Amino acid sequence: MAVKKMAIIATKGALDMAYPPLILASTAAALGWEVQIFFTFYGLQLLRKDLSGIAISPIGNPAMPMPVPMPVVVAMLPGMEAMATSMMKAKMKKKGVASLTELRDLCQEAEVKFIACQMTVDLFDFEKSDFIDGIEYGGAATFMKFAGETDVCLFI
Amino acid sequence: MEFDKVFDASGLACPLPIVKTKKALSDMTSGQVLRVVSTDSGSVSDMAAFAEQTGNALLSSAEEGGKYVFFLKKA
Repeated sequence: MAVKKMAIIATKGALDMAYPPLILASTAAALGWEVQIFFTFYGLQLLRKDLSGIAISPIGNPAMPMPVPMPVVVAMLPGMEAMATSMMKAKMKKKGVASLTELRDLCQEAEVKFIACQMTVDLFDFEKSDFIDGIEYGGAATFMKFAGETDVCLFI
Repeated sequence: MEFDKVFDASGLACPLPIVKTKKALSDMTSGQVLRVVSTDSGSVSDMAAFAEQTGNALLSSAEEGGKYVFFLKKA
């Protein structure tokens, strides 16, 4: 049986959307699949050395479970985003969910290939020194080659 | 059941039980048995899927004292 392949295009950088690409990639890699993730636009934030800035906003997330109902006019107050982020992180820790850094390390250990979108790096004037080691830089055409050979290709 | 190594995944949530089981198996030799303990209910079907996809045999999957216990034989 040929090795299964999966490509993920990670375009989001908020705390909730950081998990799906890393969980799916690490799981597939544990199952013996060949996995590549192309990080583009806000997804590039997931390749930073320091992930402590990854946050989640209570605004514009009507599906987010809240301990108390929160109108937008309250959610927009200073400090609310930081509070939502730290509450979410605390909940994850309590329930035994891996941190983003741990999941990312597991992915790299399992040889999941991380490709950073060169165009996004140029667009936002990011520095390569901001990002972790062991990643490649490429464009859409580079990624399409692998994507075209996959069994599963996801846009997250 | 006899086993050569234990991995206690208690308190860990998806995908850690599977990803770390893979890691625990990687430095075992073919034929050795790994005992995995988990508190994640999702790990029951995950472990079966893992066994099927990787060729490591799932010798048994049971509930014991409120936790899930698996025995995997390295391919």
